Formats: sequence, C-alpha cells, structure tokens
Amino acid sequence: MTSADFQTLLPEIVLAVYAMLALIAAVYSGKDKLAAMLVWATAGLFVALALYIGASGEGERTVFSGLFTDDPFARFAKVTILLSAAAVLVMSQDYMTRRELLRFEYPILITLAVVGMMVMVSAADLITLYMGLELQSLSLYVVAAMRRDSARSSEAGLKYFVLGALSSGLLLYGASLTYGYAGTTQFAGILTTLGDSVPLGLLFGLVFMLAGLAFKVSAAPFHMWTPDVYEGSPTPVTAFFATAPKVAAMGLIARLVQDAFGGIPGQWGQVLAGLAVASMFLGAVAAIGQRDIKRLMAYSSIAHMGYALIGLCVGTAYGVQATLIYMAIYVTMNIGTFAFILSMERDGRPVSDIAGLNQFAKKEPWKALAMLVLLFSLAGVPPMVGFFGKFYVLKAAVDAGWVWLAVAGAVASVIGAFYYLRIVYFMYFGAEQEPVDSRMAPVQWAMLAVVSLAMVLGVVNLFGIEPAAAVAAEALVR
Amino acid sequence: MENQLLSIITFLPLVAAAILALFMRGDDAAARKGAKWLALFTTSATFVISLFVLFRFDPSDTGFQFVEERSWILGLSYKMGVDGISILFVMLTTFLMPLTIWSCWAVETRVKEYMIAFLVLESLMLGVFCALDLVLFYLFFEAGLIPMFLIIGIWGGKDRIYAAFKFFLYTFLGSVLMLVAMIAMYLDAGTTDMVKLLAHDFGHETFSLLGFQVVGGLQTMLFLAFFASFAVKMPMWPVHTWLPDAHVQAPTAGSVILAAVLLKMGGYGFLRFSLPMFPVGSEVMGPLVLWMSAIAIVYTSLVALAQTDMKKLIAYSSVAHMGYVTMGIFAANQQGVDGAIFQMLSHGFISGALFLCVGVIYDRMHTREIDAYGGLVNRMPAYALVFMFFTMANVGLPGTSGFVGEFLTLMGIFQVNTWVAAVATSGVILSAAYALWLYRRVVFGDLIKEALRSITDMDRREKAIFAPLIAMTLILGIYPSLVTDIIGPSVSALVTDYHAAQPADGLALNEGHDE
Repeated sequence: MTSADFQTLLPEIVLAVYAMLALIAAVYSGKDKLAAMLVWATAGLFVALALYIGASGEGERTVFSGLFTDDPFARFAKVTILLSAAAVLVMSQDYMTRRELLRFEYPILITLAVVGMMVMVSAADLITLYMGLELQSLSLYVVAAMRRDSARSSEAGLKYFVLGALSSGLLLYGASLTYGYAGTTQFAGILTTLGDSVPLGLLFGLVFMLAGLAFKVSAAPFHMWTPDVYEGSPTPVTAFFATAPKVAAMGLIARLVQDAFGGIPGQWGQVLAGLAVASMFLGAVAAIGQRDIKRLMAYSSIAHMGYALIGLCVGTAYGVQATLIYMAIYVTMNIGTFAFILSMERDGRPVSDIAGLNQFAKKEPWKALAMLVLLFSLAGVPPMVGFFGKFYVLKAAVDAGWVWLAVAGAVASVIGAFYYLRIVYFMYFGAEQEPVDSRMAPVQWAMLAVVSLAMVLGVVNLFGIEPAAAVAAEALVR
Repeated sequence: MENQLLSIITFLPLVAAAILALFMRGDDAAARKGAKWLALFTTSATFVISLFVLFRFDPSDTGFQFVEERSWILGLSYKMGVDGISILFVMLTTFLMPLTIWSCWAVETRVKEYMIAFLVLESLMLGVFCALDLVLFYLFFEAGLIPMFLIIGIWGGKDRIYAAFKFFLYTFLGSVLMLVAMIAMYLDAGTTDMVKLLAHDFGHETFSLLGFQVVGGLQTMLFLAFFASFAVKMPMWPVHTWLPDAHVQAPTAGSVILAAVLLKMGGYGFLRFSLPMFPVGSEVMGPLVLWMSAIAIVYTSLVALAQTDMKKLIAYSSVAHMGYVTMGIFAANQQGVDGAIFQMLSHGFISGALFLCVGVIYDRMHTREIDAYGGLVNRMPAYALVFMFFTMANVGLPGTSGFVGEFLTLMGIFQVNTWVAAVATSGVILSAAYALWLYRRVVFGDLIKEALRSITDMDRREKAIFAPLIAMTLILGIYPSLVTDIIGPSVSALVTDYHAAQPADGLALNEGHDE
C-alpha cells in the first residue's frame, strides 16, 4: 500500500471521513438542528468531488493489489452518481423540512450510500464488489424506512431489506461458485482462467451474480420490490432510489461482465437480453393500469433499465457508451420529474394520485409545459433528448447484429408511450375539477425548468457528454 | 444567405412560437388578438420567403438545391435542401398555413396555446420536407405528432381523447419500425446523409428468414419497415381507421392541416425513400400496394356513402383520394408519379377547402350531422357556390386540379396494370355519387329545418379565405404545366433510376433455390 493507492481512493476517503465527522457534529449539537445545513453541505461536497473527479487524472490505475480500479469508466459513472445525488438532496430539503422528516441521519446515510456506489463502479474484485454493494444497500434500507410512524414506509423498508438480503445471498452464492471454479476473486484473474471451454460451475456463478445485480437495477423478473418501495418510501427517498443507485448498479453489471467475463460475451449476452426484453415489456404494460404516480415511475424505471441493458448485452464498446449516455439522460429526466412529484400536494399533504392532475395545465401552465416536455422525453419522442438515448441503444443493438432486440425495444416504446401520454391527458384534457396544488421551493422549480430545457436544447449536441462516454466505454471494453 | 433560406423558413414559425410563449402575457381579448395577428404575420412572412425559394429554384437541376450542411451529434449532420419533388410540398405548407390561421379567427379558448401549436407544427412539417439527413427527417416526422396530439386533444370535439390517443399510438408504432430500418440503413451504407443514401445500392439478394424466402432481400425488409410508417401516415387501407376519428374530433383548422399537409408526408416518404432507395423492394411489393390502393379507392368510397357525419364523409373521401396517390407512385412511370404529386397538391387545396366548408356551417350550427341541414342554398347562396365548386373539384371535374391528378395517375397505372386501373376508375363514379349526394342533402331542397331559418351567409373573412384556394384549384386545373414543369425533371430522373436499378435478369421467385 503506497500513497498512490490512497490518492486514488481519495474521493471515497474524503466522503467517508466527512460522514463520520458530520455524524459526530450532529450528535453533539442537538437533534436535527444541523440537518438542513448538512444537506446543503453534503450536496456541495458531492459537486466539488464530482468536479475533482471530472478534472483529475487520466488513464487507469488499479490499486490495492488489484482490488480497486480507477479508469475513465469509473470516473464517468462517479460523476453521474455524485451530481444526481446532490441534485436529489437539495431538491428534497424543503419537502422534508416542512413535513418534519428531515433528520440529520438522512444526508449522512445518503453520503454513505454514495461511497458504496463509488466503490461499486470501481470494483476490480468480487470482495470489493460485495463491500460496495452492501454499504450502499444497508444505507438505503434505513432511508426507505425513514418515516418511522408510517406503516407504509416501514413496510417499504422491511420489504426492501428482506428481498435485498435474498438478492445479496444469490450474489454471494454466485461469487463463491465463481471463486471455486476460477480460483481467484480478482476480475482480471477470472478473465485469464476463461479458456475455450468454460466450466459449468463458473456459468452458474455468473448467472447467480447477474440475478443478484438484476435485483439492484430492478430488472424484470427481479423487479417485484420496486413498485412497493417506490410507493411507500418518502418521495425524496424514492427520487434518490430512481437515480444514483441505478447508475451504480448498471455500472457494476457493466464492469462485472466486461472485466471478469469479457471473454465469453455469448454466455451473458443472452441473459442480459432476456432481462432487457422482460423489463421493457413488463415496465410498459404494467404501468398502464397505475393510478399512483410514484408506482408509475417505478414501472417506468423498470422499462428504462431494460433499454439500458440492451446497450450492455450487445457487448461492444459502442453498446457500453450507449448505456452510459442512456443512464445519464435517464437520471436527468428523473430528477426533473421527481422535482415535480415532490411539489404535488393538497392542503399541505403530499398527493401522488395521477387523477389529481386533472386540468393542471390551466392552473399552472408553465409547470405543465415543463412536465409535458419531460414526459415526451421519457416516452422517447423526438426531438426530446430521451429519444436520443433510445436511438443510441437501438443503434448499438442493430450495430452488433441484435436486430430482433432493437425491434422489441421499438415496439415496447410504443406501448410505453401510452402511460406517459395519459399523464399529459390528465394535465391538459382531463375532467373539470380542482387540480392539486403545486408548491415548489425555488430549487425544485429550478431543477424542473433546467431539466426540461436541457431535454429540448440537448438536441444540439447532448451537452458534449458523447466523447466522455466514448472514452469511458473504450476503457472498459478492450 | 441563400443556403440558409430553408432553415429560415423552417424555424421562423418556431421563433414566433417562442416569442408567443415567452412574452405574451394574459388571456384578455387584446392578448388573444395579438397572438392571432402575430401568427398570421409570421406564417405570411414564411410564405413570402418561400416564394423566393420557388423563384430561385432551377427545375432543370435534378439534384438538391439550397443545401445547408452542418455537423451534429452522433456523427449525424444537420442537412437541409429541396429538389423538384419536395419544393412544392414546402410551398403547399407555407401557402396553406396563413389561411388556416386566419380560419380560426373565431376560436376563443386558449388562443395563445392554439397559435403556438400551429406555429410549431408548421416548423416541423417544413422540416420534414427539407431534411436531408435520415435522423433529422425522423426527428421532424415524429415531433409533428406532439402538436397535433395536443390540437386534437385540447381543442377537439366530444370524443377527442380517444381520437388523440388513437392518432398518436397508430402513427408512433409505424414510425418506430421505420427508425429501426433507418439504423439498419445507416449500418449498411455507413452514412445518414440522404443524398449519399439515394446513390447507395442496398442489397437485394434473396435470403431466407425463418424458413421464408425473402425475395428482394434487405431492400424488401427495409421497404416493409418504411411502409409501416408511411402507409399509416398516408393512410392506406386497412390502416386508415385512425383518420376518420382524428378528423371528426379535430377542430376545423386541425382537420385542414391534417388533410392538406400531414397526410402528404406519407406520400412524400414513398417518393423520397421507398421508390428511389429500395427500387427492388418496391418492385417486389408494388403489386400488393397497387391492389391495396384499388381496394382503398372502392371500399372507402362505399364507406363514405354510408356516413351521416359530414367530416367523416370527407375523411373517407380523403382516404380514397390518397389511394390514387399510392397507385400513381407505385406505377413508377412519369405520368403516374407526376400525377401522384399533382394529386397530393390538389388534394391539399380541395380537402382543406372542404373541411373549411364544413367549418363554416359548424361554426353557425355546432353540428356536423348531415340530417341537420338541408336547403342551405336559400339562405347562403355564396356558400352554396363555394361548396359546389369544391365538391366538383373533389369529384374530379375537368378544369379543376382534381381532374388532372386523377387522370394522370389513372393513365400511369393503365400502362402497368389494366385491372387495377379498371377497379380504380370505378372509384371515380363512386366519388361522384357520395360527393354529389352530400351536396344535395346539405344544400338543396326546401329550407324546412326551423334552426336554419336564421343562418347567415359567409362573411367577408370567410370569402377571402376561400378565394386563394379557388384560384389555385382553377389555375392548376387549367394550366397543370405550372406544377409538372417544376417536378418533371426530378420525377423523370427518379423513374429512370428506378428502372435502371432493377436487376437485369429479373427477380424470379425461386431465385434463392438455385443457389
């Protein structure tokens, strides 16, 4: 262990130390007094670290005897995670303060979860992978149940925990099988043991690990927890679930299949393609009947994960680039959408019933317009940026010869368009009735406005994330 | 400057829409009036600028003119340009938009948003006809759904929600298949530049897919994917069912634009993509398309006879007329394609005018039921005249543009497939039947309906809207060379290339078995 090792790990160390210090400071300064300030400080730290990571270093370094790696792919994912986590944090502060939900543990737990995510996308070893994943998951279990006096929130937390533990079990079992057959836990080592004939046990290990990870990205058929947890958790927590952890888990899948099993793309490609198709169709079809906007967003995120998986399963650098861009666009859209959902209330109580949006456009034309843009973008209708995300992954699929997968994705996107349109329908054409109030803190307003503008203006050049994603993808796929 | 003309035309309405959205406050009478005037002014200015393009256009050059190219994301390019085929569609759009805007002078609900929707729609429609990059084309083509969806859904009639959803999802499904085909084309040709794609030879070797022999190979597959999109847009029988719903529910101005311009995107797509890029695929699927067109002409004409709603009747008549267009296009000879383009332009004027005619009496009586009218000639002589004129044009009376289009397409198809021509010609008789019968029921007879006793004739604004439409219908009917001189060279190049691209030894059905 040299100082170079520690320097590579610097952002994670800073965050972990910050979490400890913040915990001590908050405990000694009386209950929740510092909470609001901590939220902003944490978000500020996230942004600063994102800038540091974005600007720091080129090339790749594998440190701690091959446990931890830092390459353009990890940096791209980390910047996305940090920025989206910061956005969700500042967005939720007003909502939580007004409902007396804001405890000082919230920003600290989020910080720890983010550390876990950063370790996940940098993992170069099965042990590191599991450590990152558990640090993230354990923090999130607690956050899901944060509204202690609400049965639904507790239920959400418990459900998440039980199913999450099951998936961790699957993952661990797969990891142990892999270790048994490969003789090493390092990704690079596993890659070298893959010869012409792959031992059956190793394949079993791979499939078990993929099942465990599919749970984390909520890909069908491992999605069962998603709607309940999304609905039961406090809305800011739901917003967080829908963004940063998804990027981390998707990054982890990419890393595992490329770094450890890059030699046998035929084996995992089919598994991921199956997950992708199941997610796209389940997400699109099951969302149609939803009345609760948070449940709807849960199915929407399941469908979106299906599209992101298309980019991974084709196994090319272009595919990984497509997935990275898709995820970046996806989290941006979700931040905007949740900024809006956070503001939906009636008589001061949060509302998530879609029918409550009836005639919303008359009352709040600007917010309705911003949402209109976001919903069309989520549906993948050009010229919104969401279309380019879909276009990218479909292009990657056709490029690699997976034409049927592209056709399936195209068909699913039509089914999916229906439920986004239904929200537009309620906002613009719905029956005459008093719509929900939309009380927005300035920061939520800003998020909604900026994101929806970005969805339109991004058509020009996607804000230049394309070359960054290309470099990231080429670093991963060799 | 000259190279940016098309971008200026395309985005001028969008700029006006942005100005409306950002700087127009309030919803009082003055603001409503301001919004209408701004929209009218912008669309008129667009028309004037597009006239420049028309006058500077050189018909003898069969390539693209006024080309502008910039690089864009994803290795795509922003490329605009027009040739003999597309320029008149641009003109049709810019010509009709001011009239459409003017026709909704009486709208009083959410006027600002209404105007924004139409301005955005104009930008997107012009973009479709000018785009020379696959993805750019797709972008405009798809985005046009959004304003139309809102126009039907917000300002439409009683069942507007159903119609809006049906419209959106039908066309969206067709389009995403086209998107997949576009990606496949990109991979085959290595470019999304339509000029290069037009010169690219897509493979047409028969291959076997799931046990089926795909004659025409890749070209047939690509053709089918594009067909899914354009046939819905056109709309062709049997995927036309969204159109009557959308038309009936859409507000008058929405119906006009839908019939006059949006439907033409399908025909334009066939001419820009299917025929020149997949000539072998078109040849393989051609007979099927021809028969579908013939069925469309006869079947939808019969359906039109049974309608009790005026707008629905005209909508079915549109489907029938679009049948002539597809028939002419896939006849793939000079007369056929000339006639198809001519028919599209003429249908743009005539069907637009017919929907305006319905709008005139709908504004007064708030019903479109044919039974609610009768004997209008007694109270509305001017209206009866205008309606008569466009009914005759719709039937295809010689001297109106409707005749030229039908005649040319029928002449084109006769050289290719006599049976289809025979079936389609019977459609001419049927169209006379439903159109004249509609006219008799609405306009002639005694004025016995109590509600109609106080109906007023058209006012000056309404007359002024119809005047240019009547003029265009007559001019094109009497002097069709005005159009054919412009489109002729481009069409002739298209047809020549089409036939040159057919494999010399023919495409035997069992070609695949020999190998």
